[in-house]
Amino acid sequence: MSIGFRVNGEPVELEVPGMRRLLDALREDLGLTGTKEGCGEGECGACSVILDGQVVDACLVPMCQVDGSDVRTVEGLSDTTGPLSPLQQAFLELGGAQCGICTPGMLMAAQAYLDAGGGPEDGSIREAIAGNLCRCTGYTKIVDSIARAAVHDLTV
Amino acid sequence: MISRPPTSTTPPSASIAEPPMVLPGPVIVDPLGSTRGAARPAPFRREGPDKLTGRAIYVDDLVVPGAWYGATIRSTEPHARFLGLELDPAFDWSQVVVVTAADIPGENVVASIQADQPVLVTDEIRHHAEAVALLAAPDREILRAAKRAVRLRTEPLPAVFDPLESDHEFAHNEVGIGDVDVAMAGADLVIEGTYRVGHQEQLYIENQGMIAIPRDDGGVTVHGSLQCPYYVHPALKRALALSDSQAVVVQTETGGGFGGKEEYPSIVAVHAALLARKAGRPVRMIYDRHEDISATTKRHPAVVRYRTGVMRDGTLVAQDIDVVMDGGAYCTLTPVVLSRGVLHAGGPYRCPDVRIRGRAMATNTPPNGAFRGFGAPQTEFAAEMQANRVAEALGLSPLALRRRWVYQLGDMTPTQQVLRESVAGQEVLDRAAEASEFERTRERTAPGRGGGAQGRAARRASGIGLALAWHGAGFTGSGEVKLKSVVYLDMDVTGRPTILMGSTEMGQGTKTIFPQLVAAELGIGEDDVDLAPVDTSVVPDSGPTVASRTAMVVGGLVIQAARRLREQVETATGRPFSASASDYGQEHGPIHIEQRFVPYPDIHFDDATYTGDAYPCFGWAAAVAEVDVDLDTGEVAVRSVVAADDVGRVLHQVLAEGQVEGGTLQAVGYATIEEMQVVDGRYRNDRLATYLIPTALDAPRIETILVESPYSGVPHGAKGVGELPMDVGAPAVVAAIHDATGVWIHDLPATPERILAALRAAR
Repeated sequence: MSIGFRVNGEPVELEVPGMRRLLDALREDLGLTGTKEGCGEGECGACSVILDGQVVDACLVPMCQVDGSDVRTVEGLSDTTGPLSPLQQAFLELGGAQCGICTPGMLMAAQAYLDAGGGPEDGSIREAIAGNLCRCTGYTKIVDSIARAAVHDLTV
Repeated sequence: MISRPPTSTTPPSASIAEPPMVLPGPVIVDPLGSTRGAARPAPFRREGPDKLTGRAIYVDDLVVPGAWYGATIRSTEPHARFLGLELDPAFDWSQVVVVTAADIPGENVVASIQADQPVLVTDEIRHHAEAVALLAAPDREILRAAKRAVRLRTEPLPAVFDPLESDHEFAHNEVGIGDVDVAMAGADLVIEGTYRVGHQEQLYIENQGMIAIPRDDGGVTVHGSLQCPYYVHPALKRALALSDSQAVVVQTETGGGFGGKEEYPSIVAVHAALLARKAGRPVRMIYDRHEDISATTKRHPAVVRYRTGVMRDGTLVAQDIDVVMDGGAYCTLTPVVLSRGVLHAGGPYRCPDVRIRGRAMATNTPPNGAFRGFGAPQTEFAAEMQANRVAEALGLSPLALRRRWVYQLGDMTPTQQVLRESVAGQEVLDRAAEASEFERTRERTAPGRGGGAQGRAARRASGIGLALAWHGAGFTGSGEVKLKSVVYLDMDVTGRPTILMGSTEMGQGTKTIFPQLVAAELGIGEDDVDLAPVDTSVVPDSGPTVASRTAMVVGGLVIQAARRLREQVETATGRPFSASASDYGQEHGPIHIEQRFVPYPDIHFDDATYTGDAYPCFGWAAAVAEVDVDLDTGEVAVRSVVAADDVGRVLHQVLAEGQVEGGTLQAVGYATIEEMQVVDGRYRNDRLATYLIPTALDAPRIETILVESPYSGVPHGAKGVGELPMDVGAPAVVAAIHDATGVWIHDLPATPERILAALRAAR
């Protein structure tokens, strides 16, 4: 079926089966490989994207649900030729990314949290990223990074 | 052949500015003194911008036109005679490539320490996830249908799942000093314990994956997620009968390893390469999570029986330790894991009479392999449990007992190694205890111990626990001498240096610290140092990226290479490298420096007798954990961990802290929730929905204290950091559970079921 939606603000039109996973449409049909697959069953959050303002696991979203929607991925967090966003910059400076495979999903969960007005409180940040597994950092530096971004002006 | 989105190793914009430099001069590190000169701010993670923008290319992100998809047909029985493969005649096999053992042009073996593991089974199936055949198809739907059209004909054989019942031994070790039996007989008190630890899954978030591309010279190039390119390279050569140059291994960005991508990638690579060879086109072999958990290596389960003899005043007089590890179906790295486990089993404690015996047995379960800590977390859990139980029996504080026992400079280990330098057990212990206010907090939690006043009435109890460990730095025994690691440092005609090494980045920071080390020696910026891609046709064998050896051993080589480069340029030009390298290059041409490992001074180990310097030096770690235990449900919340780790020299504060924090949480998971349930040799919870690892909500706040007790054998003094925190987290948590509840949990993980059972038994 034909599905029209916006990815990082750009309108796209795809001719795909309705049950094709959003994850595959992003990675394979649109070449946006920043969004990762970790488990394929909604447990790890590596494929988190923002769908109409909500964090979703792109491996669990069929394309038929995406028609007319707004999708944001890690590629849309900052301009490819411009500076990193304050959130990305905080991750860079404070060590929020190690192997990097959970990072795109983690950033999207964090961005949705910040967009919803989330603050620097440890507990609420941990709540917001509880669906995103990281095996490298122990989360301390991820929480610190998001907290720093939360107290900065965020005009992304 | 490969097209990929534009990537860059430099930040995408000047606005990702590094902090201004304080002084342009190099940091001169004196391994036995303080840092001279002006310290400059550490660089940000070199590949960080790529990882943060989605531009970093992991194996599954590679676009390879014309590539087919590969799959592995596995046994579903733990032990069986393999009689044949049945291909459903109703299926159209013309669109699928099938590879069996008959298609292997070289030897049917993926060799590690022994040559016992086949690439594909020919007659005997030894574990339920064993690879029997391979398929490749142009798309995933055909591949799935083809998998359903394959049947295995087998004849079941009796299987062994308990290493204590196995009669197939992979390895054994024995070390000891003094006369344990006499010393034990003379002890005032003997504490005995048996401790069991289970499998642990590395659970890197990026699954295993390789893409194999046939080469014009008849060979194959594989791109993939891996720790050790020079393990994959010989595996390809042997199985596919290729020359050195026909087998090429390229590391893609690697989404975590933790030991799980030390040796298993060789199997994935050989499988992908066989399919690509037969299909005559590239093949993608990317595991999904279910396959990754069910088939790949885990941390070795172990049973540790321990007897500790002490005098009334707390003096440690004897340790008698028996370690049995479950190797799984094939040998893999098991003998080395066992060896490290045995060498660390006494814990970091001075004891005149010690006997440690270990054996690793085969079972009909998937092979176990490397995982952060490599045998030491298993045995040091037992050592710390014993220390705590001795302290309890003698009415001593666990801190006071360890202060009394911990190795000091000049002490001798069970291999008769004299600890001549870099001994910081006492320091990490004191730093962790002080920062956590261990003794004061323990007074507060005292009523909970032993089912006291707090215990009966309360529904929750709090506790604090402490653990101490040592971890041998670098490879065990003569490992480094045999490896003869090499790095190259090349300077081109413009004076720009490039580091060429086989050491890999998998999140720990290799790509950041190596340019940093070279830049500091040459007096230039980190961005003025290039790194060659990890591609076996380009970089030399710098040894595997394992054993916390990379920063220490390979880092030392890189510094030595940089010093030679600097000297060569400065001798010729009479001016500083930074000001004269390009002039040198234009006048004299490029420079190629090869730096080979030279044995560390005065380090000797006898493999035959297992005596001598088991490691050039040790790192030291302490952890204090605080927990809340729900006495109704047995659930444990780990509230905080203070971790103090002696890493020799901190090369990069943020990266080193990241290693400690990440390792600590893996240890907390090992202690509390990470349990592989094995039923008839199969992992029952082989999905991420059922094998749980800690989330951000489960994770404690981790406070890291980095201690620097440098090692003089390497120019920078660094001893490694990756594995240290893994040794102490679990025993600290279990000690805290005891402090809260009064019960000892002898088996890991300390699940709610085990805690409730222990509480019931205590009432």
